[in-house]
Amino acid sequence: MSNERNGVIEVVDFHKSFGSKKVHQGVSFYVRKGECLGLIGGSGTGKSVLLRSLVGLEKPDNGQILINGTDITPMNETQLIEVRKKVAYAFQGGALFDSMSVYENLAYPLREHFKFSEQEIAKQIHDQLQEFGLPGSENLLPGNLSGGMQKRVGLARAMMMHPEVVLYDEPTAGLDPYNTKRIQESILNLKAKGVTSILVTHDMPTVYAVCDKVALLLNGKIGEQYTIEKLKQEPAGVMSQFINGESA
Amino acid sequence: MNNLALPLTVFMMEVFHFIGGVGLLSRDVFRETIHGRIYFKLIAEQIYQIGMRSLPLIVITAVSIGMVMSLQFGLGLEKFGGKLYVPKLLAVTILREMGPVFTSLMLAARVGAGIASEIGSMVVTQQIDAIRALGTSPIKKIVIPRVLACLVTLPILVSIANLVGNLGGLIVGATELNLDPNFYLLKVMTTSSIQDYLSGFAKTFFFALFIAIPSCYFGLNVKAGTKEVGIATTKAVVVSSILIVVGDFFLSKLFWIVEKMI
Repeated sequence: MSNERNGVIEVVDFHKSFGSKKVHQGVSFYVRKGECLGLIGGSGTGKSVLLRSLVGLEKPDNGQILINGTDITPMNETQLIEVRKKVAYAFQGGALFDSMSVYENLAYPLREHFKFSEQEIAKQIHDQLQEFGLPGSENLLPGNLSGGMQKRVGLARAMMMHPEVVLYDEPTAGLDPYNTKRIQESILNLKAKGVTSILVTHDMPTVYAVCDKVALLLNGKIGEQYTIEKLKQEPAGVMSQFINGESA
Repeated sequence: MNNLALPLTVFMMEVFHFIGGVGLLSRDVFRETIHGRIYFKLIAEQIYQIGMRSLPLIVITAVSIGMVMSLQFGLGLEKFGGKLYVPKLLAVTILREMGPVFTSLMLAARVGAGIASEIGSMVVTQQIDAIRALGTSPIKKIVIPRVLACLVTLPILVSIANLVGNLGGLIVGATELNLDPNFYLLKVMTTSSIQDYLSGFAKTFFFALFIAIPSCYFGLNVKAGTKEVGIATTKAVVVSSILIVVGDFFLSKLFWIVEKMI
């Protein structure tokens, strides 16, 4: 299946329940290399749970998650380390380590997984902060950053290991138009470098700006899926209703 | 009857869940301690947080207990003309029981609560998820430094508490019971044995685990919300304290058997 579709990420018949609540009941989709998939759906439809499962933070009850053709669902925490070096997760609130400065947060993955000298680490962090529009913020603590800056630092930290895949969990939620624009630019920059991504969001302008295709999570399955071009031309069915706020 | 059965069943389920969870966490801690990287800097930070910052509390508690016990023993034994036995009684009681147990209870209250609330807050703010998502282990980064720091600091704190507790006893012995300080000191030195000290000292390693592992467990099992952080903190202190006082009986019994065999 992987070879036919050339999917970097493939989710096959994904099932997940919490107690008696069946959140996912056979979700299947794939994302090709360099593509950005927008995953939308009402609150509580399990978008974030699905995203967390793609990096092994949640285990599905059934189904497969293939990253570059390898099923990660049976992997233990040790085996998942190699997957997590390639698949970055940008948390909704940044999830920065609040006892560490911005510099220490960004240095964390480099010190853990590479044998760079402190000079090399400092240079990489300096370059990364420039790229994400955060120069001079090295010594600030996360508590001293605005929400938008925290998200950008979180994104910058996720990108320190140059992953092949990035999973964005509502990266623009609660941000002003300026910070939303900065996040969109960061995502587009990464996409231009060939990074494959999935974007979970309720923010349709961001979906139109950065995604190649959009999937609607509905009743525990992918309800509908459109390319952005098709969505712009002829939105129809439940996708149209969802976007226009006519259904949850 | 049914009204009683349901809460009891829920309580028993929680107990079994706790035993299983702590067992699995202990296994992971042991496995990850002997395999791979050890974060010495993080352990040193925790030794400072747990050890150095608990020192004033431990010293005040130990000296107060030593003084109170000296006074109570003195007043009680005076009626039978046994005031001279206060140094021996006090030294043995502090070395074997009061030093280790009270120090551990104080540490459970201060450090156990701190560990559970800190880790719980990290769970709520997704920092534990971030540690995992960045390809690292929360057991190695968060749990092991705290467990090892407790194992290093508690025996040292107990040794200090033993010393300070006896000093408190000496002060009251000299001022309130009119015992000669040199006589008091000589009695402590000659009548308390190394077995008395080791019996209490050996318990501290178990007590350190009774504090660190359940506190980390309750912190890691916070699901969401600050309310759960508060509940986890309370549970950590209560469970650690119960494990210390109940465990103390069984450990005392065990060491008593071992001493008899030696």
